[in-house]
Amino acid sequence: MKRENLLLLVVFILLALVPFAAELTGQSSWIKLVGQALIYGMAAASLNFILGYGGMVSFGHAAFFGIGGYVVGMLYHHFDAGTLFLGFIPGTDQMLITLPAAIVAAGLAAALVGALSLRTGGVQFIMITLAFAQMFFFLFISLKTYGGEDGIMVRRTNSLPGLNMKDKATLYWVVLGFAAAYYLFLRRLVQSSFGQIIAGIRQNERRMAAMGISTYRYKLYAFILSGMGAGLAGALMVNFLRFASPDMMHWSRSGELMVMVILGGVGTLAGPFIGAGALFTLETMLARVTEHWMLPVGILLLLVVLTSKGGLMALARKIMGGTK
Amino acid sequence: MKRLLTTASLLVAMAVPAYADGTKIGVITTLSGPAGYLGEQIRDGLMLGLDASGAPYELVVEDDGRDPNTGVQVADRMLNEEGIKVMTGIVFSNVSGAVVPEALDAGAIYVSPNAAPSPLAGEKCNPNYFVVSWQNDSLHEASGAAAKKLGYKTAVALAPNYQAGKDAIAGFSREFGGEVTEIYTGVEQSDFASEMAQIRDKAPEVVFQFHPGGQGIAFLKQYQQAGHLGTIPMVLSEPSYDAVILKAVGPAAIGVTGTTHWNSDFDNESSKALVAAWAAAHPDVPLTTYAQQAYDTGLLIGSALNKAGGDGDMAALQAAMKAADFASSRGSFAFGANQHPVQDWYLTAIEADEAGNPKIVTKEKIREAVGDVYAANCKM
Amino acid sequence: MILLFEQLLNGLQYGVTLFLLAAGLTLIFGIMGVINLAHGALYMVGAFAASWVAIQTGSFWGGLLTGLVASGIAGIVVELGVMRRLYARDHLDQVLATFALILIFNQTTVLIFGRQPLFTSTPEVLSGSIEILPGLPYPTYRLFVIAVGLAVAIGLYFLINKTRVGMLVRAGASNRQMVRALGVNIQGLYTAVFGLGALLAGLAGVMASPIVSVQVGMGDEIILATFVVVVIGGVGSVKGAFVAAIALGMFDTMLRAFLPATLQQVMPGPEAQALGVGISSMGIYLMMALVLLVRPRGLFAGRG
Repeated sequence: MKRENLLLLVVFILLALVPFAAELTGQSSWIKLVGQALIYGMAAASLNFILGYGGMVSFGHAAFFGIGGYVVGMLYHHFDAGTLFLGFIPGTDQMLITLPAAIVAAGLAAALVGALSLRTGGVQFIMITLAFAQMFFFLFISLKTYGGEDGIMVRRTNSLPGLNMKDKATLYWVVLGFAAAYYLFLRRLVQSSFGQIIAGIRQNERRMAAMGISTYRYKLYAFILSGMGAGLAGALMVNFLRFASPDMMHWSRSGELMVMVILGGVGTLAGPFIGAGALFTLETMLARVTEHWMLPVGILLLLVVLTSKGGLMALARKIMGGTK
Repeated sequence: MKRLLTTASLLVAMAVPAYADGTKIGVITTLSGPAGYLGEQIRDGLMLGLDASGAPYELVVEDDGRDPNTGVQVADRMLNEEGIKVMTGIVFSNVSGAVVPEALDAGAIYVSPNAAPSPLAGEKCNPNYFVVSWQNDSLHEASGAAAKKLGYKTAVALAPNYQAGKDAIAGFSREFGGEVTEIYTGVEQSDFASEMAQIRDKAPEVVFQFHPGGQGIAFLKQYQQAGHLGTIPMVLSEPSYDAVILKAVGPAAIGVTGTTHWNSDFDNESSKALVAAWAAAHPDVPLTTYAQQAYDTGLLIGSALNKAGGDGDMAALQAAMKAADFASSRGSFAFGANQHPVQDWYLTAIEADEAGNPKIVTKEKIREAVGDVYAANCKM
Repeated sequence: MILLFEQLLNGLQYGVTLFLLAAGLTLIFGIMGVINLAHGALYMVGAFAASWVAIQTGSFWGGLLTGLVASGIAGIVVELGVMRRLYARDHLDQVLATFALILIFNQTTVLIFGRQPLFTSTPEVLSGSIEILPGLPYPTYRLFVIAVGLAVAIGLYFLINKTRVGMLVRAGASNRQMVRALGVNIQGLYTAVFGLGALLAGLAGVMASPIVSVQVGMGDEIILATFVVVVIGGVGSVKGAFVAAIALGMFDTMLRAFLPATLQQVMPGPEAQALGVGISSMGIYLMMALVLLVRPRGLFAGRG
């Protein structure tokens, strides 16, 4: 346990030093790369909570990511234009308001989707979550006020009191702070009695039901919590990239989040972050080398699945020589 | 070949003023997925244009996968790491919406070879943002003007249910003035049988449709299969009948009327040079308006680099761009108040060549020296 | 009335195309328990191979044959090289592996054929249209597609219900362990079923190629609708896939054709159009959500 905390601290410090390292080596785009990977890592980790720990394979998780992002984009749009949302809610660019609003909106959407989808299971659950995500996607594409397919430009990152959010490094550290906090939150959640129940339901739902636990309700709570996490990640992403678009909730984005989780290691805390970082770095590096970057990415992904069970985390453990 | 061309351009450059090095130009474009051919056309056209201008350059090309996130990521590296100050290449409005502000904030100049969404044309216009192609709306206004000129009174207008589709029908209706029945199609729809039946039911005097790329190919084929081709005339804007689309649909496009800002049969030196250079460099690939727009973009950037002596003095470079001192392959070209083109539009017919394949023939000029409706809102 | 009839035919034609894709997918799903996201890639292989041969030789029928062979072979290669190692793994690993296969198939196609869509046209005998009702000419080629789809459905019915292989397939779809216990050459059966599924997907691609645009990624667009069909019909049930495919094809076409006009009765034109198309795009997903809420395992689910 001690060793794990020490490792975490080292990783956190290394990540915090990224802007300095980028400055020194002149490779300043690493700030944006690592920042995006951290945000995707959060979204993937939120998916992993229901997928890995809860056994609920959601193929529509990008919907909540996108909704969180759109809340920031829409509030900024009304702030910029000086209009009211729905005729009574004024826009804002204050992060202390936009982030909680994004989390709540994503949570409400997750409550709706979860309440209906959790009546099914297995492959049907995969498909019905996809179906709801597609409905959200088509809804946002037809919102003319918010740019339709083109999305919303957010010219200025939301403000946080006392911080210069225009500065890239500051924005990066804010993202890193959120990512670290979210990681610790998930760790507590998994270890809590709630997390134990969720894991118990995955292993044997009937037994948990026989113990008098309302499995449907617990699964729904987990689904909502997970959707809220994705909403937070989406809101951060829009702040980070200063852009919200329906691409954020396209079904291929849901697939990408799943790939990150599986690549990193299902049901592990660090896995989704590692998976997101690996996929993101790999794609970016290969895209620099060749226009046909999809081919090597595909081959590498295939090799990882075929040669290792449990993704990169398992591979790392194997290489470390079975310390665990 | 690419290296050869670059070397050739360097040799030419030595004869003109002396530069330290070729100026780096960042090209973010879509090279993967179904729309990949658009990026390919833009990249190749740009290269020919820069070569023709004689300015020494170095292209840094990267795929955006039609994804705004990827575009921003790439732009960030080009701007901050590679020190690139001139960017171009983006195909789609959603990517340019994310990338252009990024480039402008970093003090770089962005020159659009294709997408020109309305927000950036009006109040949010910027001295460092230039559009060489056209503003999105004006493409379809030309088709409306053409349909009106041909004497049609009733039309069915079809476009996908996204922003560009709605703009297309709005632009067409603005100039057409007759009675328009609007039909929106699905964003990823490829079977238009249901729409064909509705067209038969409505029996309009003319059909206008906006479906770029693969959707356009499917639409034209099915229009012929439904027996509408030759019965109900069709007017198209240039993205719906580019040379690649025509090659894929073959005879199914013959008899259709199109509107465009450029065609390969234009009788001016610059256009002829482009057609010859393209045929030499890419004999198997049709030359489209995308490549032509990129060619003009290359000429503009090259002319400005020559005048300002590279990208050392950005103010001088901006002024040189604004002067638009280059021989456009479309003949007349000028920038409006919002630095979008003021240009002529032409009516074209798609006719059969000797082998029975479709070929675009320019007929007449239908609009002269027009800009766009958003220029009035631009205050620089 | 004529319009309604025509739209019903259009729905039927879309339905049988979906069925060709869904039949293979539901068998692979039901018998081997594999989620194959790359099924759409085999549809693309069929379309590209057929179009390329048709361009080179000028013969649609030569293209048809090549398309079937190419997709069948691609399917068998994928089964032997990749799928075989995934049967024992969970759905997640299968999703990742078949997602990787999509990337590989798409980019390989770009490398071979380039980025431009291929030219295709209907064969001479099937071009033009037939007047099936007074005042209603209907494209001959679309009637041909409907006929081929229905013929395949009948053929599959006999194959599955009247032959020994079909018996194994049925047994496999309802109880995988039992077939294994019977000592059947299960590997051979798996390869055959996967090859058959790939062949049908390829057939769908060949049939669609004169109608749609033959381009990279064409399979990714139709695969979602195919999964919806499989899930609504009930995983493993070819009968279910048929019923669901036809129903979905009709439903989707009807929504597109008549919803915007119906909405126009109650609200202004452009808004009704936009909303109508928006709802029609969501239509098939809405239908799936409703079916699953009433029957969580689909319409014709086996005991699993």
